[in-house]
Amino acid sequence: MARAVTSQRKAINTVVAWAIGLLIFFPILWTILTSFKTEAQAIASPPIFLNFDWTLENYAVVQERSNYMRFLWNSVIIAGGSTLLGVLIAVPAAWSMAFVPSKRTKDILLWMLSTKMLPAVGVLYPIYLLFIQLGLLDSRAGLVIVIMLINLPIIVWMLYTYFREIPGEILEAARMDGATLREEIIYVLTPMAIPGIASTILLNFILAWNEAFWTLNLTAVNAAPLTAFIASYSSPEGLFFAKLSAASTMAIAPILILGWFSQKQLVRGLTFGAVK
Amino acid sequence: MTFKAYLASATAVSICVGSAAFAEQLTIATVNNGDMIRMQGYTDDFTAKTGHTVEWVTLEENVLRQRVTTDITTKGGQFDIMTIGMYEAPIWGANGWLVPLDDLSAEYDVDDILPAMAGGLSHDGTLYAAPFYGESSMIMYRTDLMEAAGMDMPDAPTWDFIREAAAAMTDRDNEINGICLRGKAGWGEGGAFITAMSNSFGARWFDEDWNATFDGDAWKNTLEFFVGMMNESGPAGYATNGFNENLSLFQQGKCGMWIDATVAASFVTNPNDSTVADSVGFALAPDTGLGKRSNWLWAWALAVPAGTQKEAAAKAFIEWATSKEYIELVAANEGWANVPPGARQSLYDNPEYQKVPFAQMTLDSILSADPNDSTVEPSPYVGIQFAAIPEFAGIATEVSQEFSAVYAGQQSVDEALAKAQAITNEAMEAAGYR
Repeated sequence: MARAVTSQRKAINTVVAWAIGLLIFFPILWTILTSFKTEAQAIASPPIFLNFDWTLENYAVVQERSNYMRFLWNSVIIAGGSTLLGVLIAVPAAWSMAFVPSKRTKDILLWMLSTKMLPAVGVLYPIYLLFIQLGLLDSRAGLVIVIMLINLPIIVWMLYTYFREIPGEILEAARMDGATLREEIIYVLTPMAIPGIASTILLNFILAWNEAFWTLNLTAVNAAPLTAFIASYSSPEGLFFAKLSAASTMAIAPILILGWFSQKQLVRGLTFGAVK
Repeated sequence: MTFKAYLASATAVSICVGSAAFAEQLTIATVNNGDMIRMQGYTDDFTAKTGHTVEWVTLEENVLRQRVTTDITTKGGQFDIMTIGMYEAPIWGANGWLVPLDDLSAEYDVDDILPAMAGGLSHDGTLYAAPFYGESSMIMYRTDLMEAAGMDMPDAPTWDFIREAAAAMTDRDNEINGICLRGKAGWGEGGAFITAMSNSFGARWFDEDWNATFDGDAWKNTLEFFVGMMNESGPAGYATNGFNENLSLFQQGKCGMWIDATVAASFVTNPNDSTVADSVGFALAPDTGLGKRSNWLWAWALAVPAGTQKEAAAKAFIEWATSKEYIELVAANEGWANVPPGARQSLYDNPEYQKVPFAQMTLDSILSADPNDSTVEPSPYVGIQFAAIPEFAGIATEVSQEFSAVYAGQQSVDEALAKAQAITNEAMEAAGYR
């Protein structure tokens, strides 16, 4: 029997949900609002919420000082490239772990995830030296590889979880009908796991977009993405919060828009298999 | 076409081709602050004069430090010019990581660089980085609040006077704190301030045998005085306040006094940003009568990493950016208050610059700071708010975290000093100094 929900309870739930949503979104909202203030208004105490003279001056300054499109393009290539390459490698890996598990599959999965616990700075010098040797410093190709490797454990884990929800009998049936391994993965497994793969791609695209250690340390001019663009407006000696907020807003706008349009897919994928 | 015209055309073409062949693209790593950003706006002037173009990599100070350190220690070759500070220049110069700037042109007038700046950016008498701008620290105070408190700020006050004045100016009901100082953890933030302050109390980081000296009375007196004064007259939560937080408080009229970088003087007197621009006075950083004041010395300077393929073009840029002509270029376009300060004596000899209210006090502060003789008792290191050894940044960051915990009320002065002593001695032993 379905539980009856009173309209009062519904209203309370709605208010609580909105309050939590606003709380989570508030830092982003504040950044956006600050980007339209003057530097003096940005540091005013008590803070000014909406009652200020809105200005686009910070955006004009940022546009004049920086080649935003170059940073944006680099972000798109690095985040997109690393995610796609990661998925290409992770799908067969997750397939084998989900459908042909060995005694050590769980250990391997845990070991893969444990590499995420290593502080990045611990391997900065070896990777930097490797990049010098291979001529990959300040190149988008180098960053695509590094970011892909960093996110690969998460991609494999997510895909493994989704694949485990797919009945193995369906794949067996395909095999009995004469499907090769390649056909089994491409024509049977992938279409069934599309929501999971899509949410994996989206989540890892966001992670790659926001990655700010390797993208700052391995780039200079040619491959610098939006994280470097933001870092160029941060200063411990001088109040440039309004300009920094404008730069941050410009950097997060593409990913916010992407997240907004794909939220249904993202939620569906993340809750895939959660309720049986 | 006559033969003459032919010759003229051929010469013109050769010059164009020649210029193109020698025109280089320089990649410069720099820090994000007002003077550096202003310089980026004038890059066209450099390109017009030399044909070389410039790509800027602008980063936040700490990110920049990590980025250029990684690159120079691995010989990554990502940058043709690096913006470095007074801490890095002598260490990197000693390691052979920088190109010596010992062949700058006569027109550049290297002798015009303030001796304190040149000394701090040299190793064994060789200049390794040219100062773009230099700074010391000084007192910035509200003349109206000082007057209301019935006190007169001397040009060279003592710490006791500052504490008394701070208490008199404090008005908690109106959110006015008598004094705002850095308490934020980090060797370049609160660590720099307390180290410079400790010099005036007779403290030092190391004795002549590289032993830590946090177990002495001088450090205890420094910390107890600082904490006592800040608890009486400082802002709430000062343990997390750095330069920007205090600048914000001062500009909003919430500080009676602020002791910090001289470069802040142009911010607090700018009526576009500061609500107290017309009532700011300046004085030398305080002392305790022991012969050393509590001001520091710093410069952001341009250096050429060893191994660059574009050494000549890089040096040409450094000569342009740190020249007298560049200062005049900025003054002509943006006024004398906006020129990069603290690097050249000729700037302070200029009658136009002398009209800037904080010019003389900035120069006096810089001249009173000597990185080669910064402590009352003899010490084995060079530097005022730091010791110019590679290990210092790591050690001082940890020690300043312990001090910030005292400011936040999480531990006592004695506990912090005992930990600082252990941290420092352990690190120095591991590094082979002891």
